[in-house]
Amino acid sequence: MSVADWAPTASLDALRFRAERMAAVRQFFAERQVLEVETPVLGQGGSVDPLLDSLQVEARLSGQRQRLWLQTSPEFHMKRLLAAGSGPIFQIAHAFRDAEVGQRHNIEFTLLEWYQPGYGLDLLREECVELIERVLGKPISLSVHRYRALFEQWLELDPFTAETSHLAARAAEVGGMDTADFSRDDCLDLLFSHVIEPQLGKDSGGAVALLDAVVDYPASQAALAKRRRDPVDGVEVAARFELYWQGVELANGYDELADAAEQAARFEEDNAQRAQLGKPRVDSDQRLLAALEAGMPACSGVALGLDRLIMLAAGECRLDKVIAFPTERA
Amino acid sequence: MASYSTNEFKGGLKVMLDGDPCSIVENEFVKPGKGQAFNRVKLRNLNTGRVWERTFKSGESLEGADVLELDMEYLYTDGEMWHFMKTDGSFEQFAADKKAVGDNEKWLKEQVAYVVTLWNDNPISIAPPNFIELEVTETDPGLKGDTAQGGSKPATLSTGAVVRVPLFINQGEVLKIDTRSGEYVSRA
Repeated sequence: MSVADWAPTASLDALRFRAERMAAVRQFFAERQVLEVETPVLGQGGSVDPLLDSLQVEARLSGQRQRLWLQTSPEFHMKRLLAAGSGPIFQIAHAFRDAEVGQRHNIEFTLLEWYQPGYGLDLLREECVELIERVLGKPISLSVHRYRALFEQWLELDPFTAETSHLAARAAEVGGMDTADFSRDDCLDLLFSHVIEPQLGKDSGGAVALLDAVVDYPASQAALAKRRRDPVDGVEVAARFELYWQGVELANGYDELADAAEQAARFEEDNAQRAQLGKPRVDSDQRLLAALEAGMPACSGVALGLDRLIMLAAGECRLDKVIAFPTERA
Repeated sequence: MASYSTNEFKGGLKVMLDGDPCSIVENEFVKPGKGQAFNRVKLRNLNTGRVWERTFKSGESLEGADVLELDMEYLYTDGEMWHFMKTDGSFEQFAADKKAVGDNEKWLKEQVAYVVTLWNDNPISIAPPNFIELEVTETDPGLKGDTAQGGSKPATLSTGAVVRVPLFINQGEVLKIDTRSGEYVSRA
């Protein structure tokens, strides 16, 4: 290992800029009486999401060695606070996702996550835009797009009704790869990330920032969001929104699933999918289920990639320009 | 050969793809927050020089390619093969065929060192130094006094390469040439 790279990858100016933006975030929530909380990075439950890999840690806990997990997001703990009656809460949390390394990914990263009891998804999306305006120091013009409409616009196909074989053929063409073993969602993810994402939030750096929101995801991509039947075209969609700026995914919001039985069923589905992918089973978080059972208020929540937002606000395109020590140097 | 997973892909890594040895040029990790992770990879096919863009699911792996890039001195051609010798004192020789030498044939000068790419011990490509000094074997007579700008003319060099040179250059002069652009740089 070379230690010649002891110095931070971000300039001290960038770190000062980062600190100012973080202070602006805290100020924003203080004005709105949203309580800042801190929840554990190290937990006894991991993420069962089949496409997220939690890092494992062994620790001596009450006399025995026990497997603990670095959290992929503070979501479960924050929901337990909501169930305990916390009211609106936010957190600037470190989260960890194994193997996610790239210009816009670092294994350890900073999420800004907040929950608003009583808010519908649209209201939370508006608040999220206001928060970003505060961080950028300029107004935002937001366009909202349905997931389905974006596929029709950029790929001329219907993500809800197209045959999986047709999606796989398009994905193979776009990715220059064999997609025979792709699931339907793999195909959609490839097409979305390669063709649609680069078109979202195109911005030439004017006085108003141009962001795009994507809504009404396929129900299979609901994760921890509620599913609902779309009133317009009758398909089942996930009550989610995502915000994009300059082709970068910035925030992911849910109308949060609060039903304990449904949550338990989704954990089982996730673990079944993990087994199919040859990934280890992760014990689902029983305390989260107990909290939902006790009753979590109806709420919407959003996780925003704070490193990414600060990166773009600083006019950079690599995360390591705004993170002092990315994992390779940590 | 070892195999390499997408998270080990980095510029310069040599891997096998569709039966051809490739060098990784660029590797971009792409992942929707909730979704499948991909690596969008640019690879140079070392046999053809073409750059391929391929996407892999993160975690997939490719077989490593037994590719070495070595400094070798050009010795001679027998008309069919071009012969090179390692510069490490081993005197080990390798013969490159027309396909490996390709357009660089016109930059081959004896006793100059080239980077020879070996795949399974066979030369598959050669790279000339960025600058090379070659003698003019044929050109129109030089124009006296014209040492600044004003026009150029073709000149044939000792290796057979034809380059545009200033009008004042004469047959028999040795010139410094940029092999990347094929342009005259200066008198040597």
